[in-house]
Amino acid sequence: MLRLFANANYDFIKWRRWAYGLTAIMIVPGLVMLLSTRLNYSIEFTGGTRIQIATPKAKPVTTADLRAALDAGGLRGAEIQQYGADTAFQIRARLSAPAAGAGGTEETAQAVARALDARLGAGQYKIVHYEAVGPKVGKELQGKAFLAIFFSFIVTLVYLAIRFEWRFGLAAVLATFHDILTTVAFIKYLNLEVSLVVVGAVLTIVGYSLNDTIIIFDRVRENLRKYRRQNLYEILNLSINETLPRSILTHGTTMATTLALVFLAGEVIRPFALVMTFGIFTGTFSSIYIAAPVLMLIEKRWPGQDARGARAFTGRAPEPAAPAVSRAPAKV
Amino acid sequence: MILGLVAASAISLLPRHETQRVPDPVTGRMKDTTVRRVPINLGLDLRGGVHLALEVDQSKGPVPDCADAIQRAERVVRTRVDEFGTTEPVVQIVGRCRLIVELPGEKDVNRAKGIVQRTAFLEFRITDMRNVFRDAIPAIDVALRAAGVRGPAAGPSNAVARLLGQDTTKATAGADTSNQRGALGSLLFQGSLAGEYLVPEEQFEVADSLINRPEVKRLLPRGVALFWGTQLVPQGARTYHALYAVEDRPIITGECLTKAQPRRDPLTNQSVVAFTLTHRCGRIFGDATARHVGDYMAIILDGRVQGQPPVIKSEIRNEGQIELGSRPFADAQDLALVLRAGALPAPLTIVEERTISSSLGEDSINAGIRAGVVGIILVVVIMVGYYRLSGALAVAALALYTLLTFGGLAAFGFTLTMPGLAGFVLSVGIAVDANVLIFERIREELQHGKLVRTAVDEGFKHAMSAIVDSNVSTALTAFILYLVGTGPVQGFAITLIIGIAASMVTAVYVVRTFYMVWLQRRPDLVTLSV
Repeated sequence: MLRLFANANYDFIKWRRWAYGLTAIMIVPGLVMLLSTRLNYSIEFTGGTRIQIATPKAKPVTTADLRAALDAGGLRGAEIQQYGADTAFQIRARLSAPAAGAGGTEETAQAVARALDARLGAGQYKIVHYEAVGPKVGKELQGKAFLAIFFSFIVTLVYLAIRFEWRFGLAAVLATFHDILTTVAFIKYLNLEVSLVVVGAVLTIVGYSLNDTIIIFDRVRENLRKYRRQNLYEILNLSINETLPRSILTHGTTMATTLALVFLAGEVIRPFALVMTFGIFTGTFSSIYIAAPVLMLIEKRWPGQDARGARAFTGRAPEPAAPAVSRAPAKV
Repeated sequence: MILGLVAASAISLLPRHETQRVPDPVTGRMKDTTVRRVPINLGLDLRGGVHLALEVDQSKGPVPDCADAIQRAERVVRTRVDEFGTTEPVVQIVGRCRLIVELPGEKDVNRAKGIVQRTAFLEFRITDMRNVFRDAIPAIDVALRAAGVRGPAAGPSNAVARLLGQDTTKATAGADTSNQRGALGSLLFQGSLAGEYLVPEEQFEVADSLINRPEVKRLLPRGVALFWGTQLVPQGARTYHALYAVEDRPIITGECLTKAQPRRDPLTNQSVVAFTLTHRCGRIFGDATARHVGDYMAIILDGRVQGQPPVIKSEIRNEGQIELGSRPFADAQDLALVLRAGALPAPLTIVEERTISSSLGEDSINAGIRAGVVGIILVVVIMVGYYRLSGALAVAALALYTLLTFGGLAAFGFTLTMPGLAGFVLSVGIAVDANVLIFERIREELQHGKLVRTAVDEGFKHAMSAIVDSNVSTALTAFILYLVGTGPVQGFAITLIIGIAASMVTAVYVVRTFYMVWLQRRPDLVTLSV
């Protein structure tokens, strides 16, 4: 029987200060960068240029050919659709320079023409028409997505307060919030295009991270009942170790799927797959290094009934001087 | 023992029943489409759909600022198509004065077109109570004759003499009109209320062209406007179109509406749209209706009078209703929808209608499918390699799970889009996770020296709380996303909720049943392949 990390006994919590530092290094520069420049929103949010082209019947051109041409010409993430007939296409594209915005219709059309000339050869297609297009998604979507996440946090808090205890709920929500921050920072670092699909990925991460945190907390709840003598520090470590095989396996399988998407699914889906892969990583990380220590901090600050949280640090580690994590969300 | 077996087989039957339901909608949907396809509605990004280009209709008078009009129209159209269902349409301004609407699939395009184009300009106007229009008919007929339009050659064309009996108004110019036998006068019969005129059905086009002539428009008395009614009026053996002369200034318009609800009148079984007005408009409406008690009020939608104008019985303030007569309830729903979403600032015409392919592009979708298959193979390899036979059970349950999820999507008629697929990927992860949790627990129990059977039971029991809590909180999150979010966020939430529900069923009950059957057959099992 193949068993990975069975009966593991690592002192995860010991490294929490390193984790705080790591996550701060991840988040803070990203947020600072966000203050100066916006996220790179996709054409769905910003609008761009819509170009209609016609290709000759004799030499059929596929969407794949067109995409290859546009990618080579630096117009990534363009939307290419067959338009009525096999030989007619509509392209929605946008120059990557943010300055171009929706204004550079002429420039975009020229860039598309250059890209197609280079690949298909001039005369192999005809630009029928081009015009500026407005955003596909209303402004309200961005606001609503965040509003939705905010409300879902509240509901999660309430549910976990009923099923566990409010301290657990708060820790889980903070860990999930942390994941949103790191993911946004990640998107910023790689300058990924924020499309609707990427919004979907961020939502997925919220669900995934919450799921993961609760599974560890479930073990903590069980162990708190089972072992009456250990303090919270030990119980957290024990629970993380006990759930380690499960974590490795679940994250391994999910990661395998998203990595397959990263490497095989092509240019259009890659941003989505990258964000998902990172999200699984940060979701796992935060369940262990954010949710658990934050729970400990909360228990210390507002001890629960059996007051084991308060005992967590006695004789083990000095009080943490600067809880970087609990402060980070306040900054936003 | 036998009871357990029966229960086990019953449980194992349960998922089989559910899977049988899956192809059900296939046959259900087959009725009007000849293409045999999976009954899942794929979104624009995955499958393409219908592309409509709309422009401001300038044929009925120029619209001064079409860019502004189209921007306001965009908001209205977006609200309307969003309310139309979770189809995740595209509504986009192109150029200066053009609006693109893209709808996935080809189902119900005509209804969608109707909703997009519907101006939904609602007005309430008092009918021409003083008969100024009728008094003007002789002058109009004179002008028409001067312009070379002849009245009917012969016949008992004494139109007003044949008034339909109910005419209680003072027929001042009646005799004159009949004597002159004018082109217009001979077509119009006095209706049952002041300002209502009936035109025989077969004469409708003639009458319509007449009242649209510039001479007639010029001679229309001040303060009067003409509108056709929507319904045919049967009168004896013939049917008539109703023409209404109403005051040219509406009391209030659709902008005053805050709420509009479709309803079915329980007494008359008529379709009705109940509306509520804003506070300010309620006051205006109240004052006007108080002044006009006993008069008739025409409800005009997009230039057509809806039903016969009702008499104002008393002052009406904030609440009222529009009666649609015998028209189907769906009409009331559509009307309420467009009224709620607001009126278009200007009428739109469809200038182009085409089918388009998926916006993600065939190439991307194919690459995505390829990657997805590789991903699934990896999951299968990992699960079977690590948990061996139990892993295989989990994979079998996963196949069932996929079937259930897509069946659920099909049954509820949701549109599957890329963010939706992301939700599906997540729920697959959750389904695998539930099995992993259970298997790990079983392993732990076995390690504590428990017997195979006890270990399995205990494993399921202990893993349950983690599975339930994590799934319920994720489902709650998804539910809130559905309530608060729009379009793609909702699509994501829907697939996630269905996926979680399906994973609870398959990962827990199905796998458990597999185990039970397996242990039942091999009661002497000492080591478990897990």
